Amino acid sequence: MNVSTSQPMPIAREMLASMAIIDCDIHPAPNAIKDIHPWLEPRWRGHLETFGPLRRHGCLTGPAYPKGTPGANRRDAWPPGHRRPGSDLAFMQAQHLDPNNVQLGILNMISPHPGGIQNPDLSAALCTAFNDWQIAEWTTKDARLRASVLVPYEQPAAAAAEIDRRAGDASFAQVLLLSRTAEPLGQRRYWPIYEAAIRAGLPVGIHAFGYGGAPLTSAGWPSFYIEEMLGHAACCQSVLTSMVIEGAFERFPALRVILIESGFAWMPSLAWRLDKNWRSIREEVPALKRLPSEYLRQQVWLTTQPIEEPEVRAHLLDIMEWIGWDRLMFATDYPHWDYDDPARCFPVRLSADQQSRLFRDNARAVFGAN
Amino acid sequence: MIPGAIDCDIHPALPGLKALYPYLPEIWRDLFQDQAMHELVSNSYPPASPLAFRPGSQRSHGSLAAQLEELRSQALDAWGTRLAICNCLYGVQLVFSEDLAAAIARAMNEWIAKELLDHEPRLRASIVVAPQNPGLAAEEIERCAEDRRFVQVLMLVMGDMPLGRRFYWPIYAAAERHGLPIGVHAGSSYHNPTTPTGWPSYHSEEYVNQAQAFQTQLGSLVCEGVFKKFPSLRVVLIESGVTWLPASLWRLTKFWRGLRREVPWVDRAPAELVREHVRLTLQPFDAPPRAEQLERLWEHLGSDEWLLFSTDYPHRQFDGDSPLPPGLPPAAMQKILIDNARATYPRLVEAIP
Repeated sequence: MNVSTSQPMPIAREMLASMAIIDCDIHPAPNAIKDIHPWLEPRWRGHLETFGPLRRHGCLTGPAYPKGTPGANRRDAWPPGHRRPGSDLAFMQAQHLDPNNVQLGILNMISPHPGGIQNPDLSAALCTAFNDWQIAEWTTKDARLRASVLVPYEQPAAAAAEIDRRAGDASFAQVLLLSRTAEPLGQRRYWPIYEAAIRAGLPVGIHAFGYGGAPLTSAGWPSFYIEEMLGHAACCQSVLTSMVIEGAFERFPALRVILIESGFAWMPSLAWRLDKNWRSIREEVPALKRLPSEYLRQQVWLTTQPIEEPEVRAHLLDIMEWIGWDRLMFATDYPHWDYDDPARCFPVRLSADQQSRLFRDNARAVFGAN
Repeated sequence: MIPGAIDCDIHPALPGLKALYPYLPEIWRDLFQDQAMHELVSNSYPPASPLAFRPGSQRSHGSLAAQLEELRSQALDAWGTRLAICNCLYGVQLVFSEDLAAAIARAMNEWIAKELLDHEPRLRASIVVAPQNPGLAAEEIERCAEDRRFVQVLMLVMGDMPLGRRFYWPIYAAAERHGLPIGVHAGSSYHNPTTPTGWPSYHSEEYVNQAQAFQTQLGSLVCEGVFKKFPSLRVVLIESGVTWLPASLWRLTKFWRGLRREVPWVDRAPAELVREHVRLTLQPFDAPPRAEQLERLWEHLGSDEWLLFSTDYPHRQFDGDSPLPPGLPPAAMQKILIDNARATYPRLVEAIP
């Protein structure tokens, strides 16, 4: 095969300039937790200062595994005054939204996503406060941005109530969960979240990360951040496996799931494996009516970043073909260190039609954007 | 089929805990009887589940002699197999007592040598070890290694800790010393939830999750520097599903480029290290539905040297009589069926006196 593997094959900047794109994974952040005090009941302000948020790992502040860069951020993404990356709208506009011609940006507030905080009332209060903060500080200030409904996902009734509260508000594009939950996300205890999302007409975004209590691998805790990052792909395969076999897709045909930042090249093999085991799955779970791959093909979308990089770049095209050109949605992960530059991130040449689907049309269809 | 195939994964079953009594010290026999401990069968393969048996194999109802007879006719004769490696799965990894686990592992290996290998010259076996205590496991490897019919060391893909951890290195040191690959087989000690987000509800769900466990274990073995520390160690992934491999290597190598400062001893690209040190058994092969997809996938794998023929007998991984997934390149068959196994397991090349 005559394929060079040495240099990326960039999409011309000028082509991007003429093509407005949708970025399905942008991370806003408060500069400090005090920034959300205006939307938080006074009792929780003091509580946070006294105790902090108790999570399912040991570090009082910061992540369980030290990140590759401070806060996992791009080193050039710190706004003037050394404010936290993602905390300054004007800087984000100048560094990312304007030059990359972002027509629609989906905000995924994950540092922190309060859904995994142990104290149930604190978790719910913080989710509500962050949702109000996203409207006040982001979506009303830049019409290109839409927020995600943060929910206390370990308390599905409270999560459903928060979704109902936001239903009909065009500031919100999706419901947001993290992938590492206390139990696999297909399990029935989480179904009220899916019912509420369907009621609100919102897809459910599942962003990699979180600490649900189970070790990061099914063989226990690994040693390194690089393994945590690797493990997100495995974890999200387990999430989809659970959602298929538990019958969440069968029970809720209107449920639409978007996996965010977990890679995508693993998807075809997972679908083949599920179908190969269809005989035993069906015998054990007779409620399932269709081949597992059909649920995945019709109810799941994947964001592209971080894109797997085959040694022979053309192999990526096979994978994208097998997943389906209508299933993949571009994302940058701004302002994090492993950000994907829309002009450089695809290591293969894409046709004009493929580009418009990946960079815009698929997300437009999923989010109902104009 | 090319005659003389080497089947790298078959599963003769221990008829029951009592079969180990002749090989157990009296103290354990007495304890088992006093405690009414009758069995240590793992949840991984409920004996009546749809995956457990190929149609026509009934070994659970027979004596060991009947089981061996069935194995000869259904697995060895039927497929023209010259050698087959027995991976005996039993609850060694499940128990929490290090001493009990080591005692059962040792008895298992004695049972394997005397009741299987002595009775059928085409059989070889993996050394069963109790990873709960790697020091004792290394001693057991030393003890068994003299018997050249033991060709690898058997571990499970879901244990107490990721396999790259230094805790396990005494096992790898002993294995490397004796030219024994580490065989990592599907299955769990059930000491951790069997998915990275907790316990699943269904057996079939847990089985699908074996492939994800293999992905993270490959990451652990590479990132912890096992292949740097043990440069001649080979690892064989057994019953892994196979087709997840290319995507997983692309991801591992990409993150290594970005985060290698965290693991400076990994001084070569992970995909390269894995290609050199790791092999995978053939069945189950999670194949794509269309022939042209399999052709593309074969290019993604990029080598005829990854795969070692296996049937996973008597587990039901394929329908019909042929254990070869349709569509594999004919030119690769000699390697898959024979040559790759001979290159991976030095002891398979030796004549057994």
